[in-house]
Amino acid sequence: MSGWTASPRELERRRVRRALRRRRVLAASVATVVVIGGLVAGIVLSPGWGRVRDSFFDLHHARESLPAILDGLWLNVRMFLIAEPLILVLGLAIALVRQARSPWLTPIRGLAVVYTDVVRGIPTILLVFLFVFGVPGLKLAGVTNSIFFWATVALVVSYSAYVAEVFRSGIESVHPSQVTSAEALALSRGQTMRYVVVPQALRRVVPPLLNDFVSLQKDTALVASVSLFDALFTARDYASYNFNFTPYIVVALFFVAMTLPLARLCDWLAQWVVRRERAGVL
Amino acid sequence: MEVRHLRKTYGDRVVLDDLTLAVHPGDVVCLIGSSGSGKSTLLRCLDLLEPMDDGVIEFEGREVSDPLVDPRDVRRDIGMVFQAYNLFPHRTVLANCTLAPRKVHGLSRREATERATELLGRFGLGEHVRTHPDRLSGGQQQRVALVRALCTQPKLLLLDEITAALDPELVGEVLAIVRDLAAAGTTMVLATHEMTFARDVATKVCFLDGGRIVEAGPPEQVLSNPVEPRTREFLRRVLPDG
Repeated sequence: MSGWTASPRELERRRVRRALRRRRVLAASVATVVVIGGLVAGIVLSPGWGRVRDSFFDLHHARESLPAILDGLWLNVRMFLIAEPLILVLGLAIALVRQARSPWLTPIRGLAVVYTDVVRGIPTILLVFLFVFGVPGLKLAGVTNSIFFWATVALVVSYSAYVAEVFRSGIESVHPSQVTSAEALALSRGQTMRYVVVPQALRRVVPPLLNDFVSLQKDTALVASVSLFDALFTARDYASYNFNFTPYIVVALFFVAMTLPLARLCDWLAQWVVRRERAGVL
Repeated sequence: MEVRHLRKTYGDRVVLDDLTLAVHPGDVVCLIGSSGSGKSTLLRCLDLLEPMDDGVIEFEGREVSDPLVDPRDVRRDIGMVFQAYNLFPHRTVLANCTLAPRKVHGLSRREATERATELLGRFGLGEHVRTHPDRLSGGQQQRVALVRALCTQPKLLLLDEITAALDPELVGEVLAIVRDLAAAGTTMVLATHEMTFARDVATKVCFLDGGRIVEAGPPEQVLSNPVEPRTREFLRRVLPDG
């Protein structure tokens, strides 16, 4: 770096680049203001806005319903904190079983195909009903009747089928040359999967996985339909008692707030991988 | 094309340092030098694929390093072939070759297909037109990559160590094409490790070391009677009996 100073031409170019950048920022700002402003104006100027504001955006009711909603939200949070790791493990296991070539695993492989096909076809809310009302109905000895437990099971079953397909597409997207070079190093098929294919697949499926998890976080609200006091059910309770829908907005804001950190974390992770593995040329 | 005082850094590492180079129509400029000497980076800078830190690049009398110049305008007239082929695996050989002519240069499907088929046929790839790249050998893939670059009828061809990933037998079939192109008067800048080839086709050889052109001149001079000690040392290492 010694003794180099930018030439006058380069300094001039930097000025031009800065000017171009400023122009782009300006264009972006104008576009944003116009779009957002238009949307807000469209809502605020609509004929029914006064009524909507009173029934959906009432600060008093927001404050009143907040403690109960927070309690309910804790149930949603617990549910997906428990469900998420289980789904990841189960989903990956199903994906791996579908990729396995061992003859002993053939029956399980068939089962995995049927599982994903059937489960993905059933609406999640229906699975919740089936598990919450169906399993206790079997009157099996030593099996819990807890609604929370069976609702969580329903979510795990439903989402592991989606996540398995995400993992499978990730595994299949790894270039065959990677498998070939792993085989050339005399790695077994299991080792190839464990050390070469799956790590690369995981990196690629982070965005779609995040998508499924955001979806899962929201779908924990489906348990409101089986009268579990989660955030949504609490809000509905409050709304029908006080004739005000503000709690729904509060719940919506909380769900958005919960998904944002996860999204940022994934962005950051992806960038970190890029920085570490593709630094410099190409 | 003219390059003056080009400087390029990755963080603290200076890759190209005050580099000056002129390429005239019909020239075949061979860049030689050890790995990491900046050959690839220079080629990528010429195609405006890498932002540069200082210096001027002129192409056909216009300064293309100007931020107001649209790089795509410049790249329309420049063809580039990479060491790792970089063919699009999801398109057939023909579709690889007709993509840019149709979408960038506005040729009709028929014109683009005619041109590509003609070139592919001339380079012995006629039977592979409908194949996907991954089913071809390395030498065939690299020839397709060359045809893909030629299909846009570039005024300048940049070749980045295009034979480095090929075995000697395949190197021959690719270099034969480059030789033909050189004989036909195509302007080219190429990074290469093939010294014999450089001696044959180059109108000018540049030895790069530490991001600078240490020595440049006609091949007889640079490859046979180098003046600089560093050039001599490099040649002693790469030429078994030099």
